[in-house]
Amino acid sequence: MTSKTRIPIQLQINGRQHELEVEPRVTLLDALRDHLGLTGTKKGCDHGQCGACTVHVDGERVLACLTLAVQAEGRAVTSIEGLAQEDGTLHAVQAAFLEQDAFQCGYCTPGQIMSAVACIREGHAGSDDEIREYMAGNLCRCGAYPHIVAAVRQAAAEVAS
Amino acid sequence: MRDFSYLRASSVDAAQLASALPGAMLLAGGTTLVDLAKCGVAEPDTLVDITHLKGLDAITVDDRGATIGALAKMSGVADHADIKSRFPAVSEALWQAASAQIRNMATIGGNLMQRTRCPYFRDGENFPACNKRAPGSGCSAIGGVTRGHAVLGTSEACIATYPGDLAVALVAFDALVHLGDRQVAVDDFFLLPGATPEREHAIQPGEVITAISIPGTPAARRSTYLKVRDRQSYEFAAASAAVGIEFEADGRTIRDLRVALGGVATKPWRARGVEEALRGKVLEPDAVKRASLLAVEGAVDHGANHYKIELAPRVVARAILKLGETA
Repeated sequence: MTSKTRIPIQLQINGRQHELEVEPRVTLLDALRDHLGLTGTKKGCDHGQCGACTVHVDGERVLACLTLAVQAEGRAVTSIEGLAQEDGTLHAVQAAFLEQDAFQCGYCTPGQIMSAVACIREGHAGSDDEIREYMAGNLCRCGAYPHIVAAVRQAAAEVAS
Repeated sequence: MRDFSYLRASSVDAAQLASALPGAMLLAGGTTLVDLAKCGVAEPDTLVDITHLKGLDAITVDDRGATIGALAKMSGVADHADIKSRFPAVSEALWQAASAQIRNMATIGGNLMQRTRCPYFRDGENFPACNKRAPGSGCSAIGGVTRGHAVLGTSEACIATYPGDLAVALVAFDALVHLGDRQVAVDDFFLLPGATPEREHAIQPGEVITAISIPGTPAARRSTYLKVRDRQSYEFAAASAAVGIEFEADGRTIRDLRVALGGVATKPWRARGVEEALRGKVLEPDAVKRASLLAVEGAVDHGANHYKIELAPRVVARAILKLGETA
């Protein structure tokens, strides 16, 4: 397969198949936001430095801004929109972020939450120090870090129980 | 970002052929390449995606050593039980690098090909002069803001720091880069800038990194990676050291010592002077601190990066002494 013009790709986002045509240079982030209208995933730095665009690909947290959409073909993508249950019940991490007031402006929050879900699943939320280390790829300009750590700690405990 | 063609390689042979075409570049995790394409530094005509190749992500460890497929992810290698127990410096270098998200994307082969973080290299719009990006155009860093720039291995053409962590551990333990049938020592894989800083690796067009291998040694088993940086996590090294020690039966006399530096040189920097000074000696703090000064033999600063010449030997000494405590 080789192409410089738009190429047809199939993406599996939050359990649903989507067909779209994109230039090879289109990132997964731009595909989600501009082609599929899923604007929950945020564009912060667009250079892999801030973590605002964190999504899961095949269950692992990655940066959508440095992933080409065409590279996500055949993989299961989960964005923040796919985290809550169908009936609207929030994921434990989402609920913990609300309860702990783990944000101010909220722009980094979808990325923080997607990262936190993976951080807990990886087993990297065993202590506050470990949470800080393994959440380091998600920057928060409002400086809500203490509440973010509290939310991850709370959600990790709830997931474990 | 300029548009490019996309080609999905179906075999290593196909990837080799495609990557030899003018303007073609291999694409794996994309964490360097997609970033630099957005900066306008990388301008590929064709990206050859190798992430669908089968069998290139295996990690095998036995008494002879470790072989790590080029497509293994940084996170997978960092968390691998046998890498942690037999090559702790390699695991530590990996988990202290980048972020969890990037480590899930970036491959071991791509990690070796990562480019410098020199801000002048990354910003061609504001700083047209960069011998690495545009050969012969000059160096904007020399005479500029140099706090992050190299003090070892520099040339009049380039003082850009090699930014990686993994390769520092690899060069300490004599790892090999497998380019299909050909193997190159990691120390020889990375080139000094000299008059041609645009050439960073001893890899030819049409060659594909297929694996790295690390000999299993007692020094690799008792090893560590110490990284000092401006913030506690998710930051490049101000200075780092990969160190491994093997003691004689008395548990105090150094039989084998490996030392390599990161964050201070234009390539992963093996500090053989320190190794030779301490081999056969009893591990003792004053001797270690004295010998560690040899790590920066020949260092040249460019003003704001002078602190690295003081910092690097202290990082080396701390890493050696830390390993000594576990004897």
